[in-house]
Amino acid sequence: MTQAQTLSVRNLSIEFGGVHAVEDVSFDVEPGEVFAIIGPNGAGKSTIFNLISRLYEPTTGSIRYGDQDLLKLPAHSIVKTGIARTFQNIELFEQATVLQNLLVGRHSRMAGNPFSNFLFTPSVKKSEIKHRRKVEDIIDLLEIAQYRDERIADLSYGARKNVELARALCAEPSMLLLDEPASGLNNEETDDVGFWLEDIKHDLGVTLVMVEHDMNLVGQVADRVMAINDGHLLAIGTPDEVRSNADVQQAYLGVSQ
Amino acid sequence: MLPLSDIIHLAVTGLAQGCAYGLIALGFVLIYKATEVVNFAHGEFMMLGAFTVLMFSETMGLGFWPGFVLGCLTIGAVGYLIDAHIMRRIIGQSSASVFILTVAFGFIFRSLAGMIWGWNTLSLDTPFDGTVTIGSDFAIGTDRIAIVVATAILCAVLYIFFAKTRYGLAMQAAAQNQLAAYYMGIPVKRLVSITWAIGAMIAASAGALLAPVTQVDTTIGLLGIKALAGAIVGGFGSIPGALIGCLLIGIIEPFADYYLPAIKGVSAYVVMLLVLFVRPEGLIVQTFKKKA
Amino acid sequence: MQILFKTRYEDDIRFLAKIGEKVRVGLVVAFLLAAPLFLQNYYLAELGMLLVYAIAGIGLMALTGHTGQVSFGHAAFLGIGAYCHSVLLSHGVPFSVSVVLTMVLTGLIGMALGRSASKMHGFYLAIATLAFLILIETVLGEWSSVTGGYSGFVVPDLKIFGVSLTDVWQQYYVDLLFALLVIWGVSNLFRGPTGRSFLAVRDSELSARSLGVNVEWVKIQAFGVSAAITGLAGVLMAHHLTYLAPDVFNVLESLKLLLMIVVGGLGSVLGAIFGAIFISLLPVALSFLKDVLPPEIGQQAGLEPLLFGLIIVLFILFEPAGIYGRWMKLRFFFETFPYYRKASFVRQKSYLKTERMR
Repeated sequence: MTQAQTLSVRNLSIEFGGVHAVEDVSFDVEPGEVFAIIGPNGAGKSTIFNLISRLYEPTTGSIRYGDQDLLKLPAHSIVKTGIARTFQNIELFEQATVLQNLLVGRHSRMAGNPFSNFLFTPSVKKSEIKHRRKVEDIIDLLEIAQYRDERIADLSYGARKNVELARALCAEPSMLLLDEPASGLNNEETDDVGFWLEDIKHDLGVTLVMVEHDMNLVGQVADRVMAINDGHLLAIGTPDEVRSNADVQQAYLGVSQ
Repeated sequence: MLPLSDIIHLAVTGLAQGCAYGLIALGFVLIYKATEVVNFAHGEFMMLGAFTVLMFSETMGLGFWPGFVLGCLTIGAVGYLIDAHIMRRIIGQSSASVFILTVAFGFIFRSLAGMIWGWNTLSLDTPFDGTVTIGSDFAIGTDRIAIVVATAILCAVLYIFFAKTRYGLAMQAAAQNQLAAYYMGIPVKRLVSITWAIGAMIAASAGALLAPVTQVDTTIGLLGIKALAGAIVGGFGSIPGALIGCLLIGIIEPFADYYLPAIKGVSAYVVMLLVLFVRPEGLIVQTFKKKA
Repeated sequence: MQILFKTRYEDDIRFLAKIGEKVRVGLVVAFLLAAPLFLQNYYLAELGMLLVYAIAGIGLMALTGHTGQVSFGHAAFLGIGAYCHSVLLSHGVPFSVSVVLTMVLTGLIGMALGRSASKMHGFYLAIATLAFLILIETVLGEWSSVTGGYSGFVVPDLKIFGVSLTDVWQQYYVDLLFALLVIWGVSNLFRGPTGRSFLAVRDSELSARSLGVNVEWVKIQAFGVSAAITGLAGVLMAHHLTYLAPDVFNVLESLKLLLMIVVGGLGSVLGAIFGAIFISLLPVALSFLKDVLPPEIGQQAGLEPLLFGLIIVLFILFEPAGIYGRWMKLRFFFETFPYYRKASFVRQKSYLKTERMR
């Protein structure tokens, strides 16, 4: 796994037609910390993720991971820098099994070309087994062993979310972008997610950036929080600092008293 | 270099031909907008339409206009039935399967038409057999004018329909997300079948109107593929786009055939491939990037 | 009931893990190897043709069944393969070299098509490939200096490493050898990272990208592999046809290929094989029908396309997973007997969701 780096975002902006989805947002994410992004729906949180994953092209601004300029890379090269992500709407490979999904997660770490694959040379076989072992570790961590050979299309929502997380982890990232990891989950499942996130942070040393609405989860795991509204940065700080920020309260949490 | 009068003649003929393609393409796009199904057999609706109109107006001696109306209604019913009994059952399957299904329909229709009406070329008498002379030496058949007029009328009607009526809006809703449309109380199934019926009727009328130009035989449905190419060029899913694309192909064809005889007959596809290479979504883009 | 108790990762990766599978496949291969001993020449040649179609079907399946892109133009690759090989042979190029060169050429053309097509989706792609087919047909016809144009091209005799193989059984073994190689190779492809990247591209380009899959490149690869394999089928087909004409590789032929994988079952090698069997039995069924039906129906010219169409419609309506689907259900029935439940395969009700938002 590559060493966790600092993610530096400076003056990031993107426009869709006339809509300024993200405007002049700057923040840093320190290696190894859990960084939460909160804000009302439509505030631009997922858009920021899409900009980091290079699925969108920003109008202005810069994104650096360590000393790598991410804007110079195409979307499929991002995972090699150590950044993996999950999707809000669960983008799993529906017709494939859980195992196949997870193995695609290892794709960036597998070398190989069609020819050696066609002949299934011994090196390909060895590589397959090696990566299968790594995948099994993740399966154990997230307790999805019973779904290993099931097709995604047959799984429940909670199980799918787990597989989505597992798949991102299989890429052995140094930083994980989690888009609403607890959305649609009940309290028990959300607690599980919280424990896993802590495990991931402490055992694997992975930096976690998460977009989340569940304030309890944020309070439980996040080291620092950033609040966004209408594409603008409202506040950055510890969960308590941000919670007590007046702008944030008005925009998002509901003004107290 | 061709003399100017020839150029004008080719251009106008091409325009009329483009309208002919456009007429067929309109039915396509209609069905696509409502159901996201690409009905590859749409040209065969046109062919069947020509045959049934022929059957009603001449074989049964009812005269052109009654035969025209009856023929179109019959094909409309066929379209409705196809949706109600076949297309409805395969909702949710991959678009590849659906596409292949409609291709199969094409084959079935062609074979049936040949078995019922024979494999020879027949001709249909229409009221549009005169010519109109413009200027000193430029004559164009009324049949071609009728095609252009019919296309214009149809375009206007469809535009108003989709943009301004509740029915059109409901149809677009059903196309984007059926489950949600159901929840909104839209009678999706009936709507879709009616759309198929309308699309089929448009194709049938095209068949009858084009009969003076193409004659009537089992192969005229293949014009549908060129119409499809035209609709793609314009950006499939957009009615004005389909028309523009078809007009473009219609105009280019006679000139391409003259200057590049090697690609005679396939110039429509060359144009399409060229356009797609440069603008893979056609001229008027109809797909949107998913918000992740 | 057969349960496989896996103790090593190899068990998961191996092809024929269960005893039942080993026996079944073994029997079929043995039958195929021994066929010349008990089949007459006519049937042997038909079996050879079946194998050739199976190769073509696997080629198309690799693209359509796995990356989800429907190609209407694969008959073009059959044609390019057949012509290229025949032309090279007629210029004295040895068989082994010609096969490799032909596959490389068809593969490269496939990759070029894949590149233009990589930005297109679903049905645009189908039409574009159809247009490609029509163009290639025209090229083969008009480029008469090389291809003999519409008057046709005679295919030189089959000669490998200097040994002339004019007997039917010799040609059969050549077909069989290539067929087994392709089946093995493509199955390998799909249990490894390349095949998985194909699946990823089919189901979710978005997440495939974020996992490091270069989507455009995968599509190009898929087209290339698919075209090369279909080109190989064209090579073998040329030796069956012995005489090439441009209109042999037309839309009907492409439709036959699509029919093969739809009926056989999209997305699996076994499906493509089932499809090939089906396609080869069709003319037999057709001539049988012609004798049985009353002459007004039986002698009609349009009977073959009508039958094609009807069968496709019936399969898509009632068995979208194709013969492979039926086969799996049958196997499942036997394997879980007597605990089989009909409800295992009830299809969920599904609704249309627009594919225009990607």
